[in-house]
Amino acid sequence: MLNKLNRILSACACLLLFSGGLASAYDYPFADPYVATIINTPAEYAAVLPEEVPLKFASIEMFPDREVPGILWNLTELRYSYLQQKKPAPLIFLVAGTGASFQSAKMQVLQKAFYQAGYHVVSLTSPTHPNFIVAASTSGVPGHLEEDSADLYRVMQTIWQRLQKKIEVTEFFLSGYSLGAAQSAFIAKLDEQEQAFNFRRVLMINPPVSLYNSVQILDEMLENNIPGGLDNFNEFYQKAIKAVTDVYVNGDAVEFNDQFLYQAYKYRKPESDENLAALIGIDFRISSENMVFVSDVMSQAGYVVPKGLKLERHDRVTDYAKVLGRLSFIDYFNGLFLPHFKAQNPSLTKADLIAQMSLRNIEDYLRNSPKFGVIHNQDDIILQPGEIDYLRDVFGNRAQIFPHGGHCGNMAYPDNVAAMIGFFPSFLKN
Amino acid sequence: MMTQRNKTMRLILMTLTLLGVLFASGCSTTPKPNLNLQPPLHKAKDTIKESVEYAVDVYDPIEGFNRRVYTFNYYFDKFLYLPVVNSYEFITPDYVEDRVSNFVDNIYEFNNFTNNLLQLKFRQTAMTLTRFLINSTVGIAGLWDPATSWDLPQQTEDFGQTLGHYGVGNGPYIVLPILGPSNLRDTAGLATDAVAFAAVIDGVQSDWMDDNDISLIFNGVTAIDKRHRQSFRYYQSGSPFEYDMIRMLYTTKREVEIAK
Repeated sequence: MLNKLNRILSACACLLLFSGGLASAYDYPFADPYVATIINTPAEYAAVLPEEVPLKFASIEMFPDREVPGILWNLTELRYSYLQQKKPAPLIFLVAGTGASFQSAKMQVLQKAFYQAGYHVVSLTSPTHPNFIVAASTSGVPGHLEEDSADLYRVMQTIWQRLQKKIEVTEFFLSGYSLGAAQSAFIAKLDEQEQAFNFRRVLMINPPVSLYNSVQILDEMLENNIPGGLDNFNEFYQKAIKAVTDVYVNGDAVEFNDQFLYQAYKYRKPESDENLAALIGIDFRISSENMVFVSDVMSQAGYVVPKGLKLERHDRVTDYAKVLGRLSFIDYFNGLFLPHFKAQNPSLTKADLIAQMSLRNIEDYLRNSPKFGVIHNQDDIILQPGEIDYLRDVFGNRAQIFPHGGHCGNMAYPDNVAAMIGFFPSFLKN
Repeated sequence: MMTQRNKTMRLILMTLTLLGVLFASGCSTTPKPNLNLQPPLHKAKDTIKESVEYAVDVYDPIEGFNRRVYTFNYYFDKFLYLPVVNSYEFITPDYVEDRVSNFVDNIYEFNNFTNNLLQLKFRQTAMTLTRFLINSTVGIAGLWDPATSWDLPQQTEDFGQTLGHYGVGNGPYIVLPILGPSNLRDTAGLATDAVAFAAVIDGVQSDWMDDNDISLIFNGVTAIDKRHRQSFRYYQSGSPFEYDMIRMLYTTKREVEIAK
């Protein structure tokens, strides 16, 4: 009751402030969450971050004896990057989102922001990325929050063993975006028992609540938005290319780079969200194709590749890509993921497994641990209705929820960067 | 003139030998079907429909060979090309790197000029010529590019695009050693552009600087500058379908460039 009153009062206060123009409103440029998710934050609106940072690349071998099929020959060592401060400083581990590597565009934003704020930074590839599945996944079957987080935790310890000889660390922090944010929660929980790092604070940026819900939403974005269904995908692709050509020919002289989508958007604003949703769906489908193929090959599940077939380095794999292009994440869940866990525990039901892939599974811990913080968007497209309110309820004033930004679209926006850095104790001022 | 021809011959021979070695290393593409294997849960023959066109399908009859060249390029990059480029980037200030890029671009305006002309794009041809004149003089031998800021952006065209403009199809996909993704049409275009360029340079040289070393240095600088400006790295996407994706994207990118 008191809570409700509080909320109403603060809402009134906000309205008052806005109407008086006293508070600086949140001016992230895209109110449409699909546009935000695709275009992110164009350079002219983004926080000023160092253009170049002294990034170092390295790799580790987690399973030296593992036999890797020829087709995955280039993925046997897990690659990561780190940034080192010259003096003793806290170290932050960053975990990438679904299908993303340690050097994704969003990871670069986080790396630079935290490095600039005085942290050592270690950037980790998502357990759903092919490199991680081959080099660091114990089971070869990604998607299980607790197991993947345990794999990540082992990777972090191995990397730390290497780095501690040359880096002076005062304390440890942890953060991740999207799926990496949900994994950060599970890693932190594991760390409470194992105490390898004793993370002082953990920041979750745009986490899903239930993985199953979110992948279902993303699957449908593709399946429901290609006119005439996936059989007509090529037509959709050709149309998209025509649109690109159109921009290229008639728009400002542009090159194919990060800014291209923004230029295209400025040239011709989309009339509906359908095509945008389809684009997001395609991006997700491509990451799923990669993930599922590698998981199938590594775990010998016989999902799209026949069991026992050894694919060599230069073998043709286009047909597998075509088959996987038609299969959703939910197909993977039913055809590979669930059977894998059922083989280990026959009494496990589908509902059990879905429940395990959710933050709700560790709700008590999240509700009561003061070390957590959440940065999220009211209009995040990967959440089901009600899930943002669930996060608000669980995290209370530890959650900072921006009015818009879609899924991770506003991560490079100055207010967001300030919120990320501001969440961690300001050790630099001491 | 003779030495120039000898050098070209040697280069061609070396390339042929290299390709021969790659070919000899085997060409089997499709994994041998093993009838004893249990079919997978989702079978290709049930999912892939004859009537449906797939964006990822590109005509690639020599895929086994191409995939090997793709891998060769990765190693060439790793052990030779990128170390050289990295040293260049380490030694050279960014400012100088940009001057080099401008200089190289300015010299190659020759190809843009001829190909715009061949496609009868007279406005673009005139723009290219004006660019060359401005950048060679005001831009001091092309080290700077004032033309772009004066609303005369670069009008890139190559002979592959010219052929495409007149309706020549892609032909089979080819991964070229060192140079990377291409197809039969664009490879022919590349060779034609190179020959035309060499002929002109040869003519200029015999007039006032009879020196093969200069063209050797220029070619070296161009090669390093081109790689310096290309951020693509083989096998860094992590995708097991990288070869297929690059093949699709290259084909699409060329379609867009030809349509421009």
